[in-house]
Amino acid sequence: MGLRLTSCDNTLSGRGTVIIDTEICKGCELCIEACPPRVLTMSSVVNRLGYQYPELQDGCTGCAACQLFCPDFVFEVFRRPRAPAPNKENQS
Amino acid sequence: MTSTNTELKVIGQQLPDLLLTAHHHMCAGCGEPLALRGCLESISDLGLSQRTIAVAGIGCYTSFSMTTDLDLVQALHGRAPSVATGVKRMLPDSIVYTLQGDGDMVNEGLQEVLHAAARGENITCVLLNNGVFGETGGHMTATTVLGQRTKNSLEGRDATYHGFPILIGDLIAQLEGAAYVARGSVHNAGSVARTAKMFRRAFETQMRGEGFSFVEVLTMCPTGWFIPTIEGPQYMQDTLGEVHIMGELKVDGVIHTTEELHAQNVLKAAEMEKALARGGIDA
Repeated sequence: MGLRLTSCDNTLSGRGTVIIDTEICKGCELCIEACPPRVLTMSSVVNRLGYQYPELQDGCTGCAACQLFCPDFVFEVFRRPRAPAPNKENQS
Repeated sequence: MTSTNTELKVIGQQLPDLLLTAHHHMCAGCGEPLALRGCLESISDLGLSQRTIAVAGIGCYTSFSMTTDLDLVQALHGRAPSVATGVKRMLPDSIVYTLQGDGDMVNEGLQEVLHAAARGENITCVLLNNGVFGETGGHMTATTVLGQRTKNSLEGRDATYHGFPILIGDLIAQLEGAAYVARGSVHNAGSVARTAKMFRRAFETQMRGEGFSFVEVLTMCPTGWFIPTIEGPQYMQDTLGEVHIMGELKVDGVIHTTEELHAQNVLKAAEMEKALARGGIDA
């Protein structure tokens, strides 16, 4: 299979995040339309196969719609642990 | 954000457990891998991985026979239900399903699937219906809807010249031997999740030994339809989806009418949209 490149930026905020296996993407853009918060955009550069691939912006909710709707098995979806509510934090 | 990668919870894994690699030969925007994911995930969720035998027909999806981690028999064009009948009768403890396209099942081997359903064989047949012969370049099949433009119906399918489409799901639902008949679709994330549940119910029907179970899935074929990949889901909704209505056509011997399915679809679509907006179908 060779090199497996992924794009995952930990500096992004949001309840969820995704790992995008950019090298197997065929650039069909179905995920762009499928994303409910619309936080995926197509890249300006191309992968080794010559296709543009999706990139994640701020605000992912971790709903996994992209993973469900990707024909090329590109996405792996994660949800971040919920930050404790501020008032509860003060009590404990 | 103080969270690190180790605290992240996996919501959706990249590959179904029963697929060896993410690399496949399908075109960009193809709907078949989406249907296949639902099928394979329901097999592994039900714990059937070790005793499932797949029977593949001829079509684009056949290339998955090299990467699917299941025992698999390759059948002749359209003859998968008959091969599956033989496998199931010799190995009654196994779970047998067939994977066929509309050209394979409805054009090439219509009588095989109808007879298997009428006999009430305890197998599951999966139909990936895109209304064209995708593998050979987008020719008209028996399920192509009226008015749909294909390579050999350039002015749109004309009833007086090409005849009427066969609604295979409705046809099989009428047969006594069929225990579970459902028609899924992969035009958006919500419908993919719904289709996965249909696969699950079909395999459960087979596990209980109730008889023939059938899942038809409408899939996009932008290459065969000669449209941009991004327009695939909407185009499918407007053509195939208007005639082949999504829903469970037969459950526990009760046949549901088109009107009932329509009403159900409106309800389910609203539910799914709300769930996705909330942040996840499982949330």
